[in-house]
Amino acid sequence: MTSPGETLRAAAGTRILIKDGPYGTAVQDLGLKAADYAGELPSNFDQKGNNDLLNLTRPADIAGICNRYIAAGAELLATNTFNANRISQADYGMEGRVREINLAAARVIRACVDAAIAADGRPRWVAGSLGPTNKTLSLSPRVSDPGYREVTFDEVKGVYREQIDALLEGGVDFILIETVFDTLNAKAAAFAAAEAGDALGRDVPVMLSMTLTDLSGRNLSGQTVEAFWHSIKHVKPVAVGLNCSFGATELRPHVQALAKVADTLILTYPNAGLPNDLGAYDEQPETTAGFIRGWAEEGLVNIVGGCCGSTPAHIAAMARQVAGLPARVIPHPEPALRLSGLEAHRFAA
Amino acid sequence: MTTAGFINIGERTNVTGSAAFKKLILNGDYTAAVEVARQQVENGAQIIDVNMDEGLLDSEAAMVTFLNLIAAEPDIARVPVMVDSSKWSVIEAGLKCLVGKGIVNSISMKEGEGPFLEQARKCLRYGAAVVVMAFDEQGQADTAARKVEICERAYRLLTGIGFPPEDIIFDPNIFAVATGIEEHNNYGVDFIEATREIRRRCPHAHISGGVSNLSFSFRGNEPVRRAMHSVFLYHAIAAGMDMGIVNAGQLDVYDAIDPELRELCEDVVLNRRADATDRLLAAADRFKGGPAKAADPAAEEWRQWPVAKRLEHALVKGIDAFVEADTEEARHQFARPIEVIEGPLMAGMNVVGDLFGSGKMFLPQVVKSARVMKKAVAVLLPYIEAEKQVGSSAKGRIIMATVKGDVHDIGKNIVGVVLQCNNFEVIDLGVMVPAQTILDAAVKHQADMIGLSGLITPSLDEMVHVASEMQRAGMAMPLLIGGATTSRVHTALRIAPAYEGPVVHVLDASRAVGVAGTLVSDTLKDGFVAETAAEYQKIRDQRAGSGQSALVPLEQARANGFTPDFAAHPPVKPAFTGTMTIDDVTVDMLIPYIDWTPFFRAWELHGNYPAILSDEVVGESATSLFADAQAMLKRIAAERWLHPKGVIAIWPARRDGDDVLLFTDETRSAEVARLPFLRQQIAKRDGRANMCLADFIHPEADWLGCFAVQAGEGIDEQLARFKAANDDYNDILLKALADRLAEAFAEYLHERVRREIWGHERGNRMSNEDLIRERYTGIRPAPGYPACPEHSLKRQIFDLMDVEVRAGITLTDSFAMWPTAAVSGFYFAHPESAYFGVARIGEDQLADYAQRLGVSRERAVQLLRPNLD
Repeated sequence: MTSPGETLRAAAGTRILIKDGPYGTAVQDLGLKAADYAGELPSNFDQKGNNDLLNLTRPADIAGICNRYIAAGAELLATNTFNANRISQADYGMEGRVREINLAAARVIRACVDAAIAADGRPRWVAGSLGPTNKTLSLSPRVSDPGYREVTFDEVKGVYREQIDALLEGGVDFILIETVFDTLNAKAAAFAAAEAGDALGRDVPVMLSMTLTDLSGRNLSGQTVEAFWHSIKHVKPVAVGLNCSFGATELRPHVQALAKVADTLILTYPNAGLPNDLGAYDEQPETTAGFIRGWAEEGLVNIVGGCCGSTPAHIAAMARQVAGLPARVIPHPEPALRLSGLEAHRFAA
Repeated sequence: MTTAGFINIGERTNVTGSAAFKKLILNGDYTAAVEVARQQVENGAQIIDVNMDEGLLDSEAAMVTFLNLIAAEPDIARVPVMVDSSKWSVIEAGLKCLVGKGIVNSISMKEGEGPFLEQARKCLRYGAAVVVMAFDEQGQADTAARKVEICERAYRLLTGIGFPPEDIIFDPNIFAVATGIEEHNNYGVDFIEATREIRRRCPHAHISGGVSNLSFSFRGNEPVRRAMHSVFLYHAIAAGMDMGIVNAGQLDVYDAIDPELRELCEDVVLNRRADATDRLLAAADRFKGGPAKAADPAAEEWRQWPVAKRLEHALVKGIDAFVEADTEEARHQFARPIEVIEGPLMAGMNVVGDLFGSGKMFLPQVVKSARVMKKAVAVLLPYIEAEKQVGSSAKGRIIMATVKGDVHDIGKNIVGVVLQCNNFEVIDLGVMVPAQTILDAAVKHQADMIGLSGLITPSLDEMVHVASEMQRAGMAMPLLIGGATTSRVHTALRIAPAYEGPVVHVLDASRAVGVAGTLVSDTLKDGFVAETAAEYQKIRDQRAGSGQSALVPLEQARANGFTPDFAAHPPVKPAFTGTMTIDDVTVDMLIPYIDWTPFFRAWELHGNYPAILSDEVVGESATSLFADAQAMLKRIAAERWLHPKGVIAIWPARRDGDDVLLFTDETRSAEVARLPFLRQQIAKRDGRANMCLADFIHPEADWLGCFAVQAGEGIDEQLARFKAANDDYNDILLKALADRLAEAFAEYLHERVRREIWGHERGNRMSNEDLIRERYTGIRPAPGYPACPEHSLKRQIFDLMDVEVRAGITLTDSFAMWPTAAVSGFYFAHPESAYFGVARIGEDQLADYAQRLGVSRERAVQLLRPNLD
């Protein structure tokens, strides 16, 4: 049987693929009340804003969002599980339901995607989303004690493992480690995915997407885009990329840098521009899509989609704009010892 | 950041290697310990090794604490970490702290393959490269054979589980030598030999080692230890060692070590004599106080001047001994490191530029000055990069490349150096550069102009191709053309019409600055471009008109061919026929055959040797260059930097029209090859023949020889060393000498062929001057030169004699020889055979030659283009 990694790569060899947009923006538009989030579940916490819980309590709404993205032309559909990990759910007292949430999340997207495939025969894939958690492995939260860490590598790895196992059981094709602001967290997540694969006796294909916190092109842990790539290259990701961060204009040079060095598919899904004074995104679909088209014409990308502020209309506009444009050709850099600290170092082999 | 050459790993954050660091850690003074790491990175460590293996410590906790602390220091955390421990648990604890991709130091097969692979899989999963010790179930490898065997086995196992070979670093164990125990004497040699073999057998893997072990028996005598380390590294790096735990501050420059001490250390490290240890021990105390010689130049008056004056003096005089320390000192006097470049360094280089421009300073000195400049800039660069301020004060940015198919770069490098001296930023793409790469680089770096270089005639076509690609890409930047075969005429006729932007032929390095400077000048550029374009148009008009000498039809030229007096001088039957590999030649044997005049010409010093040494204008410069060349020649010979190799062959032959046929044996029935030659077609005065090389061969029974020699094998290791030291001067000097040695080899071998192997020349041996003046019988014309200008004949020579295998020379697609210090050609023995130039040929000969060579007309046009204009 052909693996999802192979079918995705084969499809990406012929065209630019479309990823969906965010759940957060879409859920906001549903105008849900605190009670709507919790549904029938017993809870001592206010669940308003716990978008991940909706996979359990309002699966039809989640399916609705997914279907709108599918209708817009998205082929890579992510689960609504960005915060569905034990660390983040502890803020809502829902850490005991992590497995349930992820299982439900994977199943609902799987069902939408399978139905769409059955309807038109076009290939589509499900990516199980892993967010960064709100704890970081490489930075100290205490200014006066830079050596202190709130969590350990093994703890973070365990947290991700729980989430990954449930997502895989629910039928996702890939694990998407996204919005990586701390590369060490991402390394722990990838390690967990590999161990989950060991337990299942198969490869668990992974995608990684970094997010930048400043315009000079570094993530929160201080790494440059190229250093990030060196740090996670060993995972042999199906796709690597950048998401969130800023809008397409600001992200472009960093996508360029990554596209030059990464010998795998490039996945990018920027925000719909920069937020306005009120924190809202008002970049129009055709504007965002126009930028994305520029990337495509430059041969920088294989998979594109949207992050904060993007709507199904943005995704549809992107799909229209990149239709027929050639996919980025994957480079084959010479073998060399590629190491990194916060910066990339290459030593000829 | 790309780091060329040897990777230096800082070892001062290693409790087993640094007593001071151990004390800090044991006292829990992590703040000071972090400062140690910072200093290491500031001093240029490209990777920092962290080791906490100390019985009194909780090593895992210390490792985690220290790594977490340096993670919070961006100026330390920017470099990769080597997690160093003999305990796997400590290594794993360290790996869990690394945001980047580091190196594990180390794993081995000490406990067998199972645990080894398990640890390797973990490294793979954490995303780390790995140092593998040459250690197996039987113990640590000591002999070269064991080291190679273990490393190769580990390599196979690791690549078998998908470990990237480029992420494998072998440590084949450096042990102490000169311990007084005889079995230890060969440890240095074992490491070096193993290194060479492991690099060969395990592609993409690296070799590392802890160098300080080597000199353990001389602890307390730092000068001797430093010298031993430097000597060892010098040979180990040449063999392929590309990484090491070395305290950079405790190394000497190999060439600067006292020659006596160096020789003694070399005897020990290379195990060259049985009494080596005793001799070094006996002499060691004398060197303990440090090198006495270094005191003298340091005491010179100029050393007392202010630092800015000292830098200028060092630049103008080309003295690189103190430049690093002086630059460092200057850095502290300026607010920003870039100001050191913009201030005293540029002031010095401006003096150099003025002196050169006014003819008071010559190329060899300029290149030496450039070496000083490069070393100074190398000191400043890390600080400038750290500041993230790009030195944008360059006059202009120029992309330089030797075009695809060509490998010659002496001239290009000289031009590059001279331009850099004059404050141009030069981005040198190297040799064999495809057009697209040149264009991409020009766009990427927003270059002000492109400079193309080439030595062989096929490169001329490639330059036309680059020009037309630039046109296609819609570029407008100026294109400079230079190199031995290029000319103003060719540039005007072929290259300029292919590109609408400015195209300028640059005669030599001394003109390059003027041309480049004009092209970046707002006021001068337009006028110059228009002037050049007009000049080239004039050349084209002349050519189109009656400028060319008349050609006679090929038939008529053939009828006016040269007829040697075969009655007076019948062909001489060679003492030897067949193919012979020449591998018994050493550099020493070749030195007397060197023709020095072209050597000086390569440095743009014009005049004949030896008169040039006392020339009123360039004599001083030439004498100094000659002294440097002699010194380097001695080392080339003594230390066997180069391994000359050659091959000759002589076949029974006969002439058939303008072809020479080669046969397997004296019956001349089985044909080996048909070599087509070209005939002069220029209308001759009465009594002058239209020459063709085939004319020198008897139409019934004769012989023809071929040869190919090189003196460039081994040069790459030395050049890499010079490159790493930013030493363009010695880089160019060595290339120029290797070229001379290859020519000397050809001269030497021709003599041997004339006197012994063929034996057609009798009488007394000739002086070198006679040789240079070609006062001998017979000629050795080379394809690509005037008498047989078509390069593809080289391919035939190479195939006929199996040159690649026998002499180690390869050909590029454009028939350039690699190594570049190589000569190949034919032997014609008839006493009336002589050199001539074919020059321009007509359409009729072009068609005829294409047919004889068995190629299409288009291909023949390509091959003969320089002879068609």
